[in-house]
Amino acid sequence: MENEAKTAWERLQIVHNKNRPTVNDYIPLIFTDFYEMHGDRHYGDDGAIIGGIGRLNEIPVTIIAQVKGRDINENKKCNFAMPHPEGYRKALRLARQAEKFHRPVICFIDTPGAFCGISAEERGQGEAIARNIMEFMTLRTPIISVVLGEAGSGGALALGVCDHLAMLENASYSVLSPRGFASILWKDPSREEEASSIMKITAEDMLELQIAETIIEEPLGGAHNNLDKITENIKEFLVHEISEISKKDIDELLKARYTKFRKIGEFTE
Amino acid sequence: MIEDLLKIVTKRFNDDNTKSEPEQPKFKCPRCQHTITEEHYNELVKVCPNCNYHGRMTARERIAITVDKESFVEFDKDMKSCNPINYPEYEEKQQELRERTGLSDAVITGEATIKGSRTVIAVMDSRYMMASMGSVVGEKITRAFEFAVEKKLPVIIFTASGGARMQEGIVSLMQMAKTSGAVARHNQAGLLYITVMTDPTTGGVTASFASLGDIIIAEPKVLIGFAGRRVIEGTIKQRLPDDFQLAEFLQEKGFIDMIVERKKMRSTLSHLLKLHGYVPENDTEVL
Repeated sequence: MENEAKTAWERLQIVHNKNRPTVNDYIPLIFTDFYEMHGDRHYGDDGAIIGGIGRLNEIPVTIIAQVKGRDINENKKCNFAMPHPEGYRKALRLARQAEKFHRPVICFIDTPGAFCGISAEERGQGEAIARNIMEFMTLRTPIISVVLGEAGSGGALALGVCDHLAMLENASYSVLSPRGFASILWKDPSREEEASSIMKITAEDMLELQIAETIIEEPLGGAHNNLDKITENIKEFLVHEISEISKKDIDELLKARYTKFRKIGEFTE
Repeated sequence: MIEDLLKIVTKRFNDDNTKSEPEQPKFKCPRCQHTITEEHYNELVKVCPNCNYHGRMTARERIAITVDKESFVEFDKDMKSCNPINYPEYEEKQQELRERTGLSDAVITGEATIKGSRTVIAVMDSRYMMASMGSVVGEKITRAFEFAVEKKLPVIIFTASGGARMQEGIVSLMQMAKTSGAVARHNQAGLLYITVMTDPTTGGVTASFASLGDIIIAEPKVLIGFAGRRVIEGTIKQRLPDDFQLAEFLQEKGFIDMIVERKKMRSTLSHLLKLHGYVPENDTEVL
């Protein structure tokens, strides 16, 4: 891989490049017959998470994704990819729908974190994330998640309980942003670069910690340099993995899903 | 006679003086700022007599007032965390905390009886790194649920936490999935899970096992939320109302089943266990 020598910080700059493709670029190029489905049936429709049904080649799949905007209008609509509880509840509704109709679920993760605000607290942000994590663990249909850019905190994990996690080569996954980490632990947000270097947030770190199974290679310099190429790489991965995962017995799959998370942790007795 | 009376009055006056000596350690209520001596506060089982704020207790204190005497059997007493992201001085900090608190990490798990009903119980202790969830909290909670599934037992968890343990990086985040997975299996086995939210229950613990109880109880006036108050105030650039994220606020919004006073907690838990068929074995009910 051409980007292998890049530091976590350099990769974060690539991820934050304003031309980095978002899920809105990928969906029309990867899927056909995409129909977006709106709303959580309880409160409203969250712009930070989109979901719907489409075909991956010929196979019907459910797609659930966090949406980043590229300009102020897009970001207003998608709230800078920070979902409210109704976004997570919409995701769960569509995942349940996928389970009923035996469709695999494909999640695209791209969020700095769940929204932190009065409205989110009043509507139970903690409960919404917790519910998704628990329900996805036992959802009786295959789940594949792909981290497109940044995967921050519980807000990312709410779409991250899956059978197979892939990371784009420059994508990151972290308990909170390096800036937040430096701010909380060192009372100095300006030390974010240093934080990024010790936090273990890169795609390789995720592979090593057995949190992710696959790294999807990006074009030289990052995904924004060649949309066709990165789309092809993501699609190739999805087509291959859907075909592999569909061969597996669902009970075996659920056992493996549980075990994957069950074994993460480092302790002595 | 008058001299005797004078003596008594003088004595009382002096006694009162000694009682109000300023050296006695004080407790200042974080909700209403009412101040009492720590001794009095402890006598009240750490409940503010002015506003009914239910203060923080150690895990051992909580177990002592909740379960039947000598019924508690602890699990995984010596489990200790490693340093998954090699965070500087993490081991040293933990060693110091272990010596100061007598805990091996931020949660104590085990089984016990409550008025004779057998249950698995876990209690978090905010003195240990704000009861943040890292590898040990995640593993101990998960094992507690797995044990309960095997023995067909209910689980009661007294939650308190600042959230994920930053010092363990992404590994701490994954504990949310691990513990919630264990709750899912316990749930599928048709077993009862009761959460008791105590001060404070926030972050990644709120966004995982704490919010997944079949029944969610909270103590009065405790802080419950996902995002921290200062984070929200920083986003909205204004001060939040005082009652924001208190148990009463959460109940009004529909996220708490009941708010239960500390003095009624043991009997409430006992009744709920019995209502779900977890009755004392061999009529060994303890009052």
